[in-house]
Amino acid sequence: MNLFTAFRKEWMESLRSYRLLIVIAVLVIFGLTSPLQAKLLPQVLAQALPIPAGTDISAFIKPPTVSDAVAQYVKNMSQFDLILAVLLSMGAVAQEKDKGTAAMMMVKPLPRGSFLGAKFLGLAALFAIAITISGIGSYYYTGLLFEFMPIVPWLALNVFLFLYVLVIIAITLFCSTITNSQAAAGGMAVGIIVIGFIIGVIRNTGRYLPGELNTWGIRLMQGTTTASWTALAVSIVMIGVPLLAAWLIFKRQEL
Amino acid sequence: MIAIRTEELHKVFGEFTALNGLNLSVDEGTIFGFLGPNGAGKTTTIRILTGLAHATSGKAWVMGNEVTADGHKIAQEIGFLPEEPAFYKWMTPPEFLDYVGRIFGIPAAERSRRTKELMALAGLEESAKRRIGGFSRGMRQRLALAQAVLNRPKVLFLDEPASALDPIGRKEVLDFIEQLRGQCTVFMSTHILADVERVCDTVGIINRGKLVTEAPREELLAQYAVPALEVVVDEKSESKINPWSETLKREPWVKTISRQELVVRIIVNNIETAKTELLRSAAQVGMVLNKYEVVTPSLEDVFLQLVSEEEAEK
Repeated sequence: MNLFTAFRKEWMESLRSYRLLIVIAVLVIFGLTSPLQAKLLPQVLAQALPIPAGTDISAFIKPPTVSDAVAQYVKNMSQFDLILAVLLSMGAVAQEKDKGTAAMMMVKPLPRGSFLGAKFLGLAALFAIAITISGIGSYYYTGLLFEFMPIVPWLALNVFLFLYVLVIIAITLFCSTITNSQAAAGGMAVGIIVIGFIIGVIRNTGRYLPGELNTWGIRLMQGTTTASWTALAVSIVMIGVPLLAAWLIFKRQEL
Repeated sequence: MIAIRTEELHKVFGEFTALNGLNLSVDEGTIFGFLGPNGAGKTTTIRILTGLAHATSGKAWVMGNEVTADGHKIAQEIGFLPEEPAFYKWMTPPEFLDYVGRIFGIPAAERSRRTKELMALAGLEESAKRRIGGFSRGMRQRLALAQAVLNRPKVLFLDEPASALDPIGRKEVLDFIEQLRGQCTVFMSTHILADVERVCDTVGIINRGKLVTEAPREELLAQYAVPALEVVVDEKSESKINPWSETLKREPWVKTISRQELVVRIIVNNIETAKTELLRSAAQVGMVLNKYEVVTPSLEDVFLQLVSEEEAEK
């Protein structure tokens, strides 16, 4: 019951602070421009390269395909999902502790787990809506510029993008819980994510990490059926463990 | 019945001891003034009693529930006004009160009625559509009090409720607290003695994390009803006040001295000796006095006396 009350407050805040609108606007813009970027890239390159006038540029640069549009979409979305998820989550708990609103609320019958859970669900709902709108827009626009894609793999691709965002939110919420400064929380979250990238590259373990979900999505769009179940399981663990740790720490924290 | 009780409560922050074996007992239905200088341990006590902080050792109970074991257990029964109340600035006051009501699980109709009632009580009806972010300190404090009593708490914790307010704001807040008499137990921490003297019926004095004394206000005043002299010094003699005070402190008939600009208040052991010696002493250093009178001791005198005795013992 109180989880719903706290979630309702988070949702109201997302609307009043224009957070929802901003996230939708950013993701829709970059979602829609992805197929356009893929479409225009050969022409931009042709203008930048010293190709004699009248030459057939397809001899130098392959004509763009729907796969290029999908790759561009995944690249844009994962980058902006990451940036927005860190920015919106880093102050979620830290700021409330710093300002004193957390202390005002935690003496009331609002369990700390509900407080944290509502933060996570609020951010998850916000990104779910933004990714859905952006996904629909991009699907339609890619269809207009290239060809209409199969719906189910496209749906799966966007679910993977959403899961990837949830990992970032969970890690950043954990960082926001263990500090009172949103800047420190953001810094820590970025640090953890960067370390994850480095480990993925150096030890060749990237295929087991959440970033692999995006590659899996692209493979599905290409018709390849090779699944990355380990990456999916690791992602779910990487959502659950930081949230559980945040709850255990927050439960004992003095406000 | 006892509403609040602490037993050998200790709280240590690194090398600083905020609470040093606090033993406290507050009867149900009283307005308890928890008095002490800044840094005495008042806020720390309230944070432990409300479940926001953990005691290093010792135990505490609120309405019979041990809060040092599980601070959240009494959440339904208490109200809390922190020293610096914080709100969601994007909310309007009715939205904030409604949110608090939802957390307490108050049914919609009752919540709506209670919100209207408290908006009126806090004098915020005309600002119902304004966002809290634009409120003055006084308005925020009144809203904070309203949210603290929304659930009709059995125990209300107020941390320095009127300290940062102007005289009108202070009066409004103290009137508000006065109205709660008999409805719930009020535990009010403050360093403003005049506020305690005005609304509290029982007083506890804390210094350096330890309870110095605890008694009904009138009993405390009677017990420590020491004679006091008050002099108002002429402006021309202002520079001489401090050296004169230092000289007086060495006199055996003087207990404590406090100064507020040109007004000097002297608590004495022997009023007859003091009457003769004080004027002589003033004349010796060439002090010009505009007023000289024997006054009834206030809670401030009692407080200063007790705290200075405590300091002297250390």
